[in-house]
This record gives sequence, structure tokens and C-alpha cells, in this order.
Amino acid sequence: MRLLMRLLQKRRNSNLQRRIVRMRQQKYPKPHTANQQEVSYVGSFISNTGSQQKEMLEKAGYANFDALFEGIPREVFLKDGVQIPSGLSELETCERMEEMAGKNTVFRHVFRGAGSYRHYIPAIVKSVTAKEDFLTAYTPYQAEISQGNLQSIFEFQTMICELTGLDVANASVYDGATAAAESIFMCKERRRTKAYVSAAVQPQVLAVMKTYCYGRDTELIVIPEKDGVTDLAALASMMDETSAACFYLQQPNYYGLLEDAEAAGRLVHEKGAKFIMGCNPIALAIMKTPAECGADVAVGEGQPLGLSMGFGGPYLGFMAASKEMMRKLPGRIVGETTDSEGKRGFVLTLQAREQHIRREKASSNICSNQALCALTASVYLSAMGPAGLADVAKLCTSKAHYLQNELKKAGLPPAHDRLFFHEFVTKCPVPAGTLTARLEEKGYLGGLPLSDNRILWCVTEMNTKTEMDALVQLVKEVASV
Amino acid sequence: MKLIFERSVPGRRCSILPPCDVPETDLGEFGRTRELHLPEVSENDISRHYTELAKETHGVNDGQYPLGSCTMKYNPKINEYTAFLPGFASVHPLQPERTVQGCLEVLHTAEKLFGEITGMDAMTFEPAAGAHGEFTGLLLIKAYHDHRGDTKRTKIIVPDSAHGTNPASAVMAGFTVVNIPSTEDGFVDLDALRAAVGEDTAGLMLTNPNTVGLFDKNILTITKIVHEAGGLNYYDGANLNAVMGVARPGDMGFDVVHLNLHKTFSTPHGGGGPGSGPVGCKAFLKEYLPGVSVLQTPSGYSFGPYADSIGSVKAFYGNFLVVVKALTYVLMLGHEGIREASRNAVLNANYIRTSLTGAYDMAYDETCMHEFVMSLEQEKNESLVSAMDVAKSLLDYGIHPPTMYFPLIVHEALMVEPTETESKETLDELIHAFLEIHEKAKNDPAYVQAAPHTTAVKRMDEVQAARNPRLRYVFA
Amino acid sequence: MNFPKELKYSRSHEWVLYEQGGTVRIGITDYAQKELGDLVFVNLPEEGDPVTAGEALGDVESVKAVSDIYSPVTGTVIEINEELLDAPQKINEDPYGAWFIRVENVTGTEELLDAAAYEAFTKEEKQ
Repeated sequence: MRLLMRLLQKRRNSNLQRRIVRMRQQKYPKPHTANQQEVSYVGSFISNTGSQQKEMLEKAGYANFDALFEGIPREVFLKDGVQIPSGLSELETCERMEEMAGKNTVFRHVFRGAGSYRHYIPAIVKSVTAKEDFLTAYTPYQAEISQGNLQSIFEFQTMICELTGLDVANASVYDGATAAAESIFMCKERRRTKAYVSAAVQPQVLAVMKTYCYGRDTELIVIPEKDGVTDLAALASMMDETSAACFYLQQPNYYGLLEDAEAAGRLVHEKGAKFIMGCNPIALAIMKTPAECGADVAVGEGQPLGLSMGFGGPYLGFMAASKEMMRKLPGRIVGETTDSEGKRGFVLTLQAREQHIRREKASSNICSNQALCALTASVYLSAMGPAGLADVAKLCTSKAHYLQNELKKAGLPPAHDRLFFHEFVTKCPVPAGTLTARLEEKGYLGGLPLSDNRILWCVTEMNTKTEMDALVQLVKEVASV
Repeated sequence: MKLIFERSVPGRRCSILPPCDVPETDLGEFGRTRELHLPEVSENDISRHYTELAKETHGVNDGQYPLGSCTMKYNPKINEYTAFLPGFASVHPLQPERTVQGCLEVLHTAEKLFGEITGMDAMTFEPAAGAHGEFTGLLLIKAYHDHRGDTKRTKIIVPDSAHGTNPASAVMAGFTVVNIPSTEDGFVDLDALRAAVGEDTAGLMLTNPNTVGLFDKNILTITKIVHEAGGLNYYDGANLNAVMGVARPGDMGFDVVHLNLHKTFSTPHGGGGPGSGPVGCKAFLKEYLPGVSVLQTPSGYSFGPYADSIGSVKAFYGNFLVVVKALTYVLMLGHEGIREASRNAVLNANYIRTSLTGAYDMAYDETCMHEFVMSLEQEKNESLVSAMDVAKSLLDYGIHPPTMYFPLIVHEALMVEPTETESKETLDELIHAFLEIHEKAKNDPAYVQAAPHTTAVKRMDEVQAARNPRLRYVFA
Repeated sequence: MNFPKELKYSRSHEWVLYEQGGTVRIGITDYAQKELGDLVFVNLPEEGDPVTAGEALGDVESVKAVSDIYSPVTGTVIEINEELLDAPQKINEDPYGAWFIRVENVTGTEELLDAAAYEAFTKEEKQ
């Protein structure tokens, strides 16, 4: 075994060298000529050598590679391949990618959230998710050799149920915005077809909802905000008793403010519709659960649970629901069962809801979940535990309130007078872009300008008091000009 | 295996956070009253727990994975390295353009390269997976007809051999589905297609090579029939691994394509995701794309709007880090490597196919592309050994089974896709396993029916799981 | 295989029981449940819903398949068998006891077979 490994290693090394030589000789593709039909060998993570390929061609009964492609009409067959640059060695590729990465600014001081949050990621999280068995597996269709993957999803589902207080959760979807959009269609019924959404949701979430509703020709009605929170009086008057399917509320909302979710829930149920809450999973550690607020469905963006900001993805959409709505959940769901010998095990279940069985009658087309991201969240939540997660949430909200107060002293008064989680809006006496540009020069990614005179700030456990005080000092200098 | 909750000990925890350095704020009436059960474990507990779970998870790194239509090729490690560079991983999606020039360059470069590979003029990286790409592409088709005031085009034609996502996506995009049959040799039935198209045709969804692994030789006629009826052609990129560098959807008459970066372009599947399903289109559809375009200007890269955008299908710019991985792969393969990959994918499939012909019934007995379909109908009738039994028997060889019971048009189907990264030695192992199982099925069918014999758990009671769903751990 | 004489049968494998007062009960046949295998869920219409002869009234799910159930009659649903929602296995265990829906105001009916004709039909179909 070991000898074989060594032999393979040796062969690969020589392949690599041969390839590098080839790269140097041929920087640009040579025109393909008729007699260039012999087996070529570049590498491309292909194990078989040129002579092995030749041997296999012969054994399968083909004179050359082109003979394999004779079924392709000549009009579309590419004689010269595609016009992209020649391949690079691993070393060159690495340099090229590092060069691009180097053109981005990684801010040491981040005070921006608005849907993507910088939290501390414990070392164990990356160590577990880098395990190649998890990384390189497919969807666990073959339960006998996928128990690890399946069990990790079952554990994830349990944790999401615990955070939201609801009965069932799915194995995750693409991100918080698509989870929000999918949740609308869980609630749509034959007679109840209209969806309502608060204006105080993250703009990207609203945009995705709109696009999904365009797809299914579904009416989406935006309930206005008042003083930074959803105008519940407007909700009461705008929501139609006979045709309303659901109302979606974000908690904490886009401006970081805490909504009166219980009142909203009561109102929505009085209208006979379903109540959906979009939640921040870290905030759930210390906030009233969606279940306690009367939510039928709770969804959210799981990125804060150990996923890097990654310029927007991959992230993690989580979805939980009451037992009554279990079969309306889209996507993969893992369930517990036993094997033929009575041993506990896990399988993908309730599959007859899904597209591969129900085809055009499926409630969603989703196949893949974000399994590796769900695993990330599970490891994060295990590392934090109930006390640690509550600590993160408390640090976030305490520090955010501290910064709000300090910015007020520095001349940036709060835009709203309400309790918030870890984001808040301030007014800005100088053009917001001018202020944030100045902060960027000093290595601070400031809050997100919402308009010329309003900024949405975010504080997490990553921001120290010293750092915040330094930020406030900088703000003072700019704002007092 | 214990659940992480069963390892929990009250009061046990990891030491991660510093104490609070500012006055504490209380959420009062908004505060949580319900107890929160999360694991109370040490870092050692976590590490051992997930190591145990990893051992019971079969990935490409554990052995070959000839799972048809899923393209389980080797996932190069360089991809992981580049995606974890802090310059990509630690960047906020709402940073100012001038501070994310590298990210914009990634998107711009990827658009150019994948555009050339597919023959498309523009591309969005918003969609997070293949099915998500289908939905997006179909919305482009919908927007195109809508903007022309051609609102009667409500139907999408889908061959009966198609993946289940195709019809499901069409419905999500507001279309009704017209299923058309395939011919006996697995191709689109041209007469059925001619009969199906009309003034209500919005478009056609097709994979080529199709789901039985054959390149539809009538492809130009097919796309022409749809175009002449006023519809558009959608290319499901699930099977692009067979033809990249060899033929382009854009030259076959397709107007919209989606790619599966987690299949064709070597990014890992992660046990079910994250993937990435970028959508490319011809120039006349560009202004309907979701999200923002990336423009190259003399002063650098910048975002620009699409004039008639369908909106957005995902927050921010899609699964960006997955795009980083795929771009890394394409840069490394380049002009020669892209074609070499497809050629070898097709060679490997045909090598297995010809080696198994005689023992197993090939659903279509001709040169296949990157995958082929066998039918176990005869075995099922003769010795009651099903496709499922043969698949489960492969588990005892440490080989992940092929796709089972798909496409639906072949009875007792097994769909084998070896990919180009498997060596002759591993292919020979697979062939040997298949032949040995075939012999056993004849001589000792009961043994095959009871497979697998060596795995940690045996066949699962899926009926019980579905009748009495237990979807979470219940705390005592 | 069981083919009760008092029932009528559709070619899509539903049975119909004519009750006193003009209402009918509908279920699926022994042959159908055997072909479908272990059923894990059933989707039924709601009381008051109209059903149309030859069109789907709901569906049954097995682990890996979903199959439409076609209504043999046109009319209005007056009762659904809620027991099946929690115990779909009843359809496998007692297909002629496990009725799906009761229908009133029956205005139309598909061409239905008697027990002997249906039994012959299933044998034909099996080949």
C-alpha cells in the first residue's frame, strides 16, 4: 500500500514537471491541426497518463478522442477548443489569485452589518468544516455511508428548533433572503394568496421576495414603517381578511430596532393569515422566541453563526415551522429511524414533497441545501453553548448601546428612540459618505450610509471599548468641521 | 453514535469570549424566557464528536463516486486555499467599490471565461445552485416575453427524461409545463416537439448531452423549431462536463444557460452545498439579469445596473467564495485542460460502458458522453435483484453507488458517471465490482438483496421515518 | 387479491361504494395499494371541495413516489377520512375499509367496472 502511494506520488511529480515545461513552451494555444489527433496529456487533475489513455481508447474500440465525439454535429464541434488563456501551474494560479485578493481592503475595524456580520469564529469551527469527508461528500442519498452527514443535519435541525422555539426545521436553504421568499409560498393557499411584508426589512431580502413573487405571479404588499418600526395600524387596515396569506416581520428589523412582534402576531392571526418572522440567530439567544411571539414560520440568515462575510456568500438560510406546517417546508429534511437490525440511524425523509418526486407539483425546486454551512453553524453553536451564545448576544447589544451613546455625544444623534439589538441608525450632520470615507482612510469600515444624512451602525463582540472610543474620536474630528 | 446533545454535561463550556468592557444593557420585556438547549461541551468533545461523524461520511476523498449527473470529480486543494485568503473571506459585501477591486475582478474574469466556455455574452453569479439557476434563467425568459407584451407565452416544454428540477423551476417561474416524450433511442422526439410548440411556447429546457448520456444529434433542429415558434432555448448545464472545450451551448442555439460550478468546475459539494449556479445569456437578454453587472473602466472595476433587471434571486452577489474556487480551477486548466477534462470524462465513461456490456444491459447501446445508463430490468425479472440491490452491493466495495432510478424513462436504471479524475486502476476496480456483483446476483441473489453487509448501519427503515417523522432530538 | 362484489371500480384503481341517500365513498383498491407499496402520507381535498370524474382528488405518497388519486365521480366532498392523515398504513392494511372521501350531489360518473371485470382488467394490466 505504502509502496503504491510512493510510486503514485513519484509519477504525479514527474507529470507536474512535464506540465510546467509544456506551459513554458506554449503560452498560447497552438492552432489545432488535423494530424494533432494523438493523445495529449496536460494534467488537469487527470490521473491517467497519455499511454494509459491510449490503452483505454483501444480497449473501448476507439481510434482516438475525436472518435468519441462523432455524435456531435460538425457545425457545433470546436476544432480549436475555447478561446481562453492557456492553463497555469498551481504556483502561478496561486499568485494570480493572491494578487486579486490583495486588491481588496480587509478592514481591521468593522462597524458595518446590514445583513452581513463580523463575529468571532472559534478555531474549532474551521478545523471541523475543513474535514474532507464533510467537504467532498454529496447530498446523503446513500444513508448507509452518510450517517455522519445525516446526523450532523439532524443536530442542526434540533438547534434551529431550539433557537426559534418551533417544532420542526429543514436542513437549510441558500441564504436568509431565499428562506424568506420560500416562506411566503409555504403559507400561500388556494384562497389566501396575498403576501404582506414590513417595509423595515433588509432591502436585499425584500428584493428577493419581490423577484420570487414575480415568478409565481403573487401579490406582495409592503406595510409602511413609522418611526423606524412597522406601522401596525397600517397593517391592520391594509391586510385583507379573506385573501391574506401571510405577513413577514424582521426582528430585529433592518434598523436594528425591536419590533412589537407579539402584537403583530395577534393581528395577523385575527386576519386568518400566517405569521412569519425573519430572525437574527445570535439575537435569538436572549430574545423572546418566534414561537412565543406566535410565529407559524421563522426563518433567518445563519451567517452570524461562524460563517465568514466572504463578500456575501456562501451563507445559510434556516427555516423552522410549527408542526402543522411541517409538510410545507421546502428542501431537505432529515429524520430519525432504525436500520434493519434495529440500530438508530438517520435518513432524508418526507421526500415526496420534493421536486425529484413531485416534479411540476413540488412546492419548491430546491435540491441542495447548504450542508457545509449548516455544519459550520452547528459546530459554532456547540462551541458557544447556551451560555456562550447568550454572552455573544449580550456583548453585541451592550456594546452597541455604548457606541450609540458615545456617538450622540460626538454629534451624531440617534434617529430613533427605541430599544435595539446590535444595530442602530444615527443622523449625520456632515454628508454621510464624507464621514465614512474619512473613516476608511483610517482603517475603519464605518456604518452603512442609508442616505446623505443617516448611517446604520453595527457593533459586535469583536469591537472593543478602546476601538469604539477611537472611532468616536475620529467621528468628532470630521463631524465638528 | 452519540448525538452531540447526548455528550452534553450541564455547566461544561469552551472558553472563547472576553468579559464585557462596557455597561450591560438588558432587553427587558423583549428578553427570552424559554430555556435554550444547546450542547454544553468542551472543545475536545466537539473535536471527537465531529471526527466520529466524519468517519461515517463518504466523500470523494474516501473513494470513487460514480454518481451519474452529479459529476463527483476530485476537488483540488488549491481551490480551498484561494477561497480562504483573507482578502476574499474577510470582506464585507457592502464595502465601497474602491476597497473590493479584487472581488470585482474575480467576478469580471469569471464572467469572461465562463462566457467563452459556454458561448454566452453575459453572466450573473447570484444563483446559489443549479435549480436556483434554472429559476433565474426562466425568469429571464419570462421577462423577455413580458417586455415584448407577448403575455400569451405561458408554457415551458420539458422532455420526459429531464431532471425533476426542470418542471419544478418552470412552475416557480409561473409557467405551466408541457412534457414531451423521448424517442426510443433517448433523443428529443422532433415530431412531438413540433406538435408541442406554438404561440403559447415560452421556451424549451434541455440538457445536452441529455440525462441518458447521449449528445442529441438533432440539437440544431430542436433549437430552431423552438426559435421559429417564438420561444427561447434554455440549457441545463448539469452535463457540461462532457463537452466543455468541445462544443458550446451558445453555438447550439441556446439563449440561456446555467452552470453547476460544484459539478463541472470542481468546487466541493460540501455534503449537499454550498454550490453555485451562475446563469449566462445572449446579449439580447442581458438587461434582464438579476443583481448588478461588473464593468471594467479605465479607473478600475465598478458595479452597474441592468436596465430591466428581474430584481434579485439572492442577497448580495451569490456564493462568491465558491466562484473564487471555480475561477481558480479554470485558470489552472485553461485552454488545453478544459478540453482534456471533457475528453477524459467521456473516455472513462466509455471504458466502463464497453467493459460492462454483455454482463449488463445498456439502456442505449452506443457511444455515450460522460455518463451512461444501464437497465437492471432483466435481473429484476429473473432473479429479483433490483437496481437498488446492485447499488447497495457497491457499498461493500467502498464505492459510492451510481444514481438509481433516474432517468425515469429507463426501468431499474443505474446511471454511471466516473468523471475524468478517476484513474484506470480505480475504473478497473469499479468494473471488477460490477462484474462480481453480477455473478453473485445469479448465484446468490439473497446475498445481494441483503447488501450492504460491511457498513456501520444497514438499510434504513424509510417507511417508519416518513410515517412518524422524528425531525429533532427531544430533550428530557 | 380481494375484489369485493358490492363495489364498483375505475380503471385508475379506485373503488366506489354507493351508499343509501345517493352519497358515495371512494378509496383505492387492494391491487393499487400493493402496486404502490407502503404508503406514508395522503393528501386529501377539503370538505365542500368539488371533485370531477377523471380528475385528481388528491394523492398518496410512498417513500419514493407520489401518485394521483382520480375521482371516479363528479360531485361535492361532504366528508374526508381524517384518520388516514395520521395513519396512512390503514390503506395498506385494509384498503376497502380505508375510504378517502364521501361525495354527495353526484352528477356524473366515469365508466365503472364490476368486480369480475375489474379483476380481469388488473390481470391484463399486470401483463
